[in-house]
Amino acid sequence: MLHQARPATADSQAPANEPVLALSGISKSFPGVRALSGVSLELYPGTVTALVGENGAGKSTLVKILTGIYQPDEGAIRLSGDEVTFPTAYDATQAGITAIHQETVLFDELSVAENIYLGHAPRGRLGFIDRGRMNRDAAAVLKRIGAAIDPDARLRDLGIASKHLVAIARALSVEARIVVMDEPTAALSYKEIEELYALVERLKAEGKAILFISHKFDEIFRIADRYTVFRDGECVGAGLISETDHDALVRLMVGRPVGQIFPKREAEIGEPVLTVSGYSHPTEFADIGFELKRGEILGFYGLVGAGRSELMQALFGVTRPSKGAIRIGGEVAVIRSPAEAIRRGIVYVPEERGRQGAIAGLPIFQNVTLPSLSRTSRQGFLRLAEEFKLAREYTSRLDLRAAALDRDVGTLSGGNQQKVVIAKWLATSPKVIILDEPTKGIDIGSKAAVHEFMSELVAQGLSIIMVSSEIPEILGMSDRVIVMREGRMVGEYPREKVDAETLVRAAAGIGGNDAFRK
Amino acid sequence: MAKLLKSRELLLAAVIVLLLTAIAWRFPGFVRPRNLANVFNDTSILIILALGQMMVILTRCIDLSMAANLALTGMAVAMLNAAMPGIPVPLLIALGVLLGAALGAFNGVLVWKVEIPPIVVTLGTLTIFRGIIFLMSGGAWINAHQMSAAFKAFPRAPLLGLPVLSWIALIMIALMAVVITRTPLGRAFYAVGGNPTAAVYTGIDVGRTRFLAFTFAGALAGLSGYLWVSRYAVAYVDIAGGFELDIIAACVIGGISIAGGIGSVGGAVLGALFFGVVKNALPVINISPFWQLAISGSAIILAVAFNARAERKKGRLILRNREAAA
Amino acid sequence: MNDATQRAVPDRLEGRWTSYLKSWETLLVAVAVFVFVINALSSPYFLNAWNLSDATFNFTEKAMIAMAMALLIISGEIDLSVAAIIALASTAMGVALQYGAGTPELVLVGLLVGLLCGAFNGWLVTGLGLPSIVVTIGTMSLFRGIAYIILGDQAFTGYPPSFAWFGQGYVWWVISFELVLFAAIALVFGILLHWTSFGRTVYAIGNNPTGALFSGVRVGRTKFILFLMTGLMSGIAAICLTARLGSTRPSIAFGWELEVVTMVVLGGVSILGGSGGIPGVVLAAIIMGLVTFGFGLANVPGIVMSIFVGLLLITVIGAPMLWQRLRERSA
Repeated sequence: MLHQARPATADSQAPANEPVLALSGISKSFPGVRALSGVSLELYPGTVTALVGENGAGKSTLVKILTGIYQPDEGAIRLSGDEVTFPTAYDATQAGITAIHQETVLFDELSVAENIYLGHAPRGRLGFIDRGRMNRDAAAVLKRIGAAIDPDARLRDLGIASKHLVAIARALSVEARIVVMDEPTAALSYKEIEELYALVERLKAEGKAILFISHKFDEIFRIADRYTVFRDGECVGAGLISETDHDALVRLMVGRPVGQIFPKREAEIGEPVLTVSGYSHPTEFADIGFELKRGEILGFYGLVGAGRSELMQALFGVTRPSKGAIRIGGEVAVIRSPAEAIRRGIVYVPEERGRQGAIAGLPIFQNVTLPSLSRTSRQGFLRLAEEFKLAREYTSRLDLRAAALDRDVGTLSGGNQQKVVIAKWLATSPKVIILDEPTKGIDIGSKAAVHEFMSELVAQGLSIIMVSSEIPEILGMSDRVIVMREGRMVGEYPREKVDAETLVRAAAGIGGNDAFRK
Repeated sequence: MAKLLKSRELLLAAVIVLLLTAIAWRFPGFVRPRNLANVFNDTSILIILALGQMMVILTRCIDLSMAANLALTGMAVAMLNAAMPGIPVPLLIALGVLLGAALGAFNGVLVWKVEIPPIVVTLGTLTIFRGIIFLMSGGAWINAHQMSAAFKAFPRAPLLGLPVLSWIALIMIALMAVVITRTPLGRAFYAVGGNPTAAVYTGIDVGRTRFLAFTFAGALAGLSGYLWVSRYAVAYVDIAGGFELDIIAACVIGGISIAGGIGSVGGAVLGALFFGVVKNALPVINISPFWQLAISGSAIILAVAFNARAERKKGRLILRNREAAA
Repeated sequence: MNDATQRAVPDRLEGRWTSYLKSWETLLVAVAVFVFVINALSSPYFLNAWNLSDATFNFTEKAMIAMAMALLIISGEIDLSVAAIIALASTAMGVALQYGAGTPELVLVGLLVGLLCGAFNGWLVTGLGLPSIVVTIGTMSLFRGIAYIILGDQAFTGYPPSFAWFGQGYVWWVISFELVLFAAIALVFGILLHWTSFGRTVYAIGNNPTGALFSGVRVGRTKFILFLMTGLMSGIAAICLTARLGSTRPSIAFGWELEVVTMVVLGGVSILGGSGGIPGVVLAAIIMGLVTFGFGLANVPGIVMSIFVGLLLITVIGAPMLWQRLRERSA
């Protein structure tokens, strides 16, 4: 199974200017969104190609087409010149394409080795799974990526980072010519990332074609040879990394000069609205203390899994803290449920829009009025005219694009769903609005609208807490930035004294920025 | 070894042993090997059915039609035997298994190709199967005297000290253990139930896997159909009425998560045995058999509550997230 | 994109009258009319006011429970213990009878036991966070088990005539008390589900429980109330059924839980939660009643009727799904 150092003969003989995989004119639509329109992409043996683009640019859709999860509506996939199709994930694997997916494609109840070899386990006599060999092979793959994980352990007992390494091992357990890595470093620590880079170099030396998807520019410039840029589902540029630079890539990515993305306007910052002190949770976060002022945007930066969302959900009453106090407008508040948080004027726009935000299946106007039903109803009886009035007022402020307000919110694009969620909260006239990754996975147009709207809100005297993993967004929008790592606050910086490097170092725990660390 | 017996199974086994000890304290006769073998034999059919239900539940589905399937195949083989006593028993069993598998496959196709929720499908086929029995038999009973001697004798025939019925259950347990842990299909059951989206990413056909689970469960129900009818030497429309919920209950007590993806062969067997012990012990310790239903109900609730607690423990534990592979 | 001229989003799209034709309720009305006509043509005894009135007893008690069950299933939960609640409530009434309870006390006992059972289910599901489908299989055994412990193979009889009226009495001409009660209950649940903010939160929870929680809906409390209502309706059904039969056996209403669920699903409520409505369930109840009655007149045994109901269930759910798949494929 393992394919150590010997490159596949076909690859080693292929001249480097001949793509091993070529996509042309690929289009894919979903109800309400056109995810990809006529994109092309070429991968060369022994070459790392970076696929760059903002969230929602269509990168993950492309990965799913490459790996047989989705079928393209139009376009052709050529493998070494022959046109192919991948009706299922199995076919893509057979064709020599393997992928590390963004979502972990793993199973808690199976062992590490079973997770790595699910679907292609080594068989012994009579066709039964050869467990001994499977465990040995799994151990070899894990060793190859430098992961000290017991192949016999049950996956549910592993942490997030280890699970991610298992996912990487799974991708490398098949003999592949093409390796797709969809943000492989997102959940890894500094050391593990270095090991992953070394692995990429080895795969390159073996003659594999690698498609590397990442948001991190330093990473791209460090390991990629070529780049392709997607924007809004279209291919807007491709070429050699050596012939481009940071700014050029960003311009391609966002389609406009960098300075104009984030329209944060100065707003008058007033008295404290929300004071949090000594806030702790048994497992998720500890010793959180900060103050949020009227008209302020407070940014929370950190790596994925740093405990930011968990903190916000505790503030919103979804989970209970074990210690600490909240004061709202100087008054001590105990928040036991979201309903109470809403009554106190704290609302939360969750990161997981589909699961926690929008309620697909209900019409737009019913989504908007759900937390405000006591106002739009009389003695518990619904008044549709009032509901439509409220929904109309707030959705129009956010420039919602939809066929009608009685349409199912599930038919809207991600950006418009987000607008519905925000409209829902504005209709409750909150004091504090917590935005958790507010622009993740939405198109550029909606993104700009959300940012512009944030400025508008603070100008009207609202206060905003914004959790974001996108450094430009944090830097562009926040008046103040708090950095979290492993459930603790590790830095707090005013707008004028912070730059990208400081944030990254604090979040990753490199260097002496641990001002708040015990 | 400790790894094979995960805590859930171990705990259930301990509960059963405790139960047996308590009974043995007053009625030592109950734990004599002879009697324990009887208890096992008495539970054999439930064990076989629980193994089938387990596959279905693992894939995040449910089969409410197993008892009706059993009754239908049981009636079919009994009528066949009554009409043509010459057909050898092994052939009858094979026919029963095939018929059961076909009925299971019918459920499976509706779940796979028509995408009707499994609970709706099997709720429907449950009543359809019972109705078909009535149409087949005209509501008449097939009684002991209409069945051939060989037909009735087979499950009772002793073999190395145990009745054939017990041996069949043991073989099924062994077979299922191999299928579940040593075949790609067995692993696919867990994958499909544990994380259906991710299963697609690994090239597993979720619908087809569910179809196979239903088909196998049907085959086991078909096998049980013959065993039930020959053991109790009677077949009529309502045999094993309400038994579908006992089967699910055995699985639930055995720690098989109704949400799919969690469970083991050992758990299903122990869950069924728990039922068997309680049912057989009640008359011995002079408690009215009318207590059985309430006891099994309480056991189900306790088992679900316990399993839910055990599953809730896993959290993300950001603060203690230091075990990362280094 | 952002600088595009702002256009207003209309409240509603112009509904085409044909969309009403495609609705589930229309289909059910068509089926009901069809069954009615077939029955009328095949039996001379069908079109008789008293016979039709008798036919309503085939479904009224189950349909009362189905009203509450519809809300529960829309919210994403299920209660399989309803028939067992009937058994326990009926047994409790029998015990009360032995202690000399009169009609008002009997009714009170029936309602109270129903409420208590519902509260117990609700606590297990919302308080302990257990999956309702398994928990109510457990309480189903427990509740009926208690009835068996109390009654064994005995039966309670001798309910007072004033009590019997709840199951056998007529309000006016051929209109039975049960039918009137059912109509009232259906009206209450219809208004509750479709016209109140409580009903709206039921839909929200069924479509996305986490999203509803994050929108400030008190999910646990709402579900608890729904279990309470289902228990209460089972208690009311127990009163009517006990009064109608005049006796209590522990096997009373055996297997009704599946019939009630079938009624609800046939009525267009998605078993996955989130959609459906009371009018559809009422129509489904009437259809099931008519079919039972028609088969009865034609001397077809009840069990054959179950084939019909089973097939009906699978076809009405499956046909639209199959139709949609075929259309997608040809598109």
